[in-house]
This record gives sequence, structure tokens and C-alpha cells, in this order.
Amino acid sequence: MSGARLEIIERNCKGCSICVEFCPKNVLEMDVFLVTVPRPEDCIKCMQCELLCPDFAIKVHDE
Amino acid sequence: MAYDYEKSIRPGKLPHIWCPGCGHGIVMKGLIRAMDTCGLDRKNTAVVSGIGCASRLPGYLDACTLHTAHGRAAAFATGVKMAKPEMNVICCGGDGDGTAIGGNHFIHACRRNIDMTYVLMNNFIYGMTGGQFSPCTPTGAKASTTPYGNPDPIFDISKLAIGAGATFVARTTAAHPREIDKLIVQGIQHKGMAIIEVLDDCPTTYGRRNKFRSVIDMMKYLKASAVPVKAASKMTAEQLEGKFLTGVLFHDTDKPEYCAQYADIIKKAQGA
Ligand SMILES: Cc1ncc(C[n+]2csc(CCOP(=O)(O)OP(=O)(O)O)c2C)c(N)n1
Ligand code: SF4
Ligand code: SF4
Ligand code: SF4
Ligand SMILES: [Mg+2]
Repeated sequence: MSGARLEIIERNCKGCSICVEFCPKNVLEMDVFLVTVPRPEDCIKCMQCELLCPDFAIKVHDE
Repeated sequence: MAYDYEKSIRPGKLPHIWCPGCGHGIVMKGLIRAMDTCGLDRKNTAVVSGIGCASRLPGYLDACTLHTAHGRAAAFATGVKMAKPEMNVICCGGDGDGTAIGGNHFIHACRRNIDMTYVLMNNFIYGMTGGQFSPCTPTGAKASTTPYGNPDPIFDISKLAIGAGATFVARTTAAHPREIDKLIVQGIQHKGMAIIEVLDDCPTTYGRRNKFRSVIDMMKYLKASAVPVKAASKMTAEQLEGKFLTGVLFHDTDKPEYCAQYADIIKKAQGA
């Protein structure tokens, strides 16, 4: 089930934390104004983070 | 997996101008997915807006876009559709643009049932100009112009559209991203005026004045306040207090579409 690669487009991220809050698996964390991915192995590829990010700043790659 | 939005965005346009957490970006992604699902040729698709934060949306899209005067999206879009009925026409804009200064154009486009899809981002406020109240600011809510609370009742945009004659009317929220494209797709496929109202968050000028401590509070509020029409039919008026109905609220396929009617007039005038 694991094996997602989460890509953060740092240039676009505005640090709103929507992705962190709505991730059902607590994969993401804020590092002040930038999102980070401390637990990629827990990702279930539900796509909530990518769908809800207003800034085209997070992508869930299948690999 | 990862969706390729970038192919639909003009090169070099990101990051966009919207504030951190502004729902307009979520709506733009939904619109891009819907345009892809419908296979719209971007050279044959006009995306038209008025003025406001929401109305900045078309400027990012690689399509035929028109950023017009405040409140006039529906009027310009009507002109485009009449001149080129074969084009797909999509309007987008905010609650202030569409129901205050542009309310007249909005209701008359609905009345004519002209074939277009209007994505109206209702964030309950004039975001761009600093948070003045709009016809969609809830009664009692605070805006920069209603520091003691808004005394006005609201326009229910979807009911307004149905009453004015639009033939496809649907509602969702920025917290329901998959429903955004699903409803816009249905709107695009519908022959006639389709209104998709997306309840949306403006953390900067609405949220902070109205006890939403963060954008997350606003998103949770939108998520919790949406009741799908089917579920609503089993609920009491009390349970529905303060909630929004979501999904397809109205769909009529019988009313004639305006461009088709107009084509008949042209034929008559030509003596055919
Ligand atoms: C003729 C005219 N009157 C007023 C304005 C100022 N103005 C710009 S945007 C706006 C309101 C926008 O509100 P809305 O459509 O809800 O968009 P939002 O910014 O909330 O997304 C106003 C009043 C203007 N640009 N032109
Ligand atoms: S895809 Fe789902 S589980 Fe994975 S990081 Fe995004 S929100 Fe979390
Ligand atoms: S939702 Fe997008 S912009 Fe907001 S913190 Fe996450 S990646 Fe950054
Ligand atoms: S002011 Fe409000 S509507 Fe405008 S970009 Fe900021 S959050 Fe969005
Ligand atoms: Mg607004």
C-alpha cells in the first residue's frame, strides 16, 4: 500500500496547512510556513492533500 | 495519480495572487479537471469574468479568456455566445461581482437560458476591496462596513438563479473538491444556463472578522454545513437550520435555449 512519493513545489506553497489538517494519516507537518513530509510511508494515496491545496503545491505520485 | 494542472495554466503564472488558504485556488483546480473531463478544446472555450479576487481566475487559464468590467461577466459572455454559438462559454466570479453590481446581468442571463456555465464563488464578502458586505454576507456577520453586524437578509444565489429561469442549478463548497468538478461537468454538458455556486472561504477579510481563527476553521465549517439534497429530504427544518443544501438543486431540460431560439428568428427573417 505504501510507495507514494509526495512532491512539494516549494515555490507555490503558502503554508496554509490545509493539506496537513485534512490528511487522514498524519503524513504531513508544517515547518513554520512550509509543508514537510515526515511520514511518506503512511500515505494511502487518498489525494485529499492534492485536491484541497489551493496553491498547486503538493502532488501525490504513484511509485 | 498526480494531476497535470500545469498544462492548463499559462506559463509562469504560478504562484497565483490569492491569499494563503483562499478557496478560489481549489475551485480553479476543479474547473480545470471539469474542462479536461469534458474534453473542451481550449481554443474553442471562452472563460469570462468580471472584477474581484474570484474574477482573477481566467487570467491563469490557457484558454480564450476575458477579464471584463465589474459585474459584467454574464453580459460579455452573452455577447461571445451570440456571436459564436459553437464556442463553449464559462463565466466565473464572486458573490459581489455576480449578485451586487452584476445582479441584473446575472438574472437576465438566467432568464434567457443561454447556453453557458457560470461558476459563482460565494465567499460571503467583497474580498478584493477589503471585506465590505455583499448580498451574500450572512445576517449578523461582521464586515468592514457592518462592524456591529449585518442587518440585511441574504440572497440565496441558487434560489435566485432558479427563480430567474436558469435550467441547471447546483451547489457545493470548496471543502468538497471532487463535487466541484462533478457538478461543473454536468453544467457544461447541460444545454442552457447552468449555475454552479461554490461556497468558498476568504480567511483574510471574512474569516478573521467572524470568529474563524484560521482557514482550517473556515474549511471545517464549510464541510460541516453542507447537506446533500437527498439527505436533507429526511431532515426537519430544525436540523437544517444554518445548513446549506448541496448537489443538483434544479434541472430542467424542456425550456428552450436562447441561441437556438435566436437561430430560428434569423431563419424567419431570411424568409426560410
Ligand atoms: C465599477 C466598480 N465598482 C467597484 C469596484 C471595486 N471592487 C472591485 S472588486 C469588488 C468586489 C468583489 O467581490 P466578489 O465579487 O465577491 O469577489 P471576491 O474578491 O470576494 O472574490 C469591488 C466592489 C470596481 N472595481 N469597479
Ligand atoms: S494522499 Fe492522503 S494520505 Fe497521502 S499525504 Fe495526501 S492526504 Fe495524506
Ligand atoms: S495546502 Fe498547499 S499551500 Fe497549503 S500548506 Fe499544503 S502544500 Fe502548502
Ligand atoms: S482577500 Fe479573500 S478572496 Fe481575496 S485572495 Fe485573499 S482570501 Fe481570497
Ligand atoms: Mg466575494
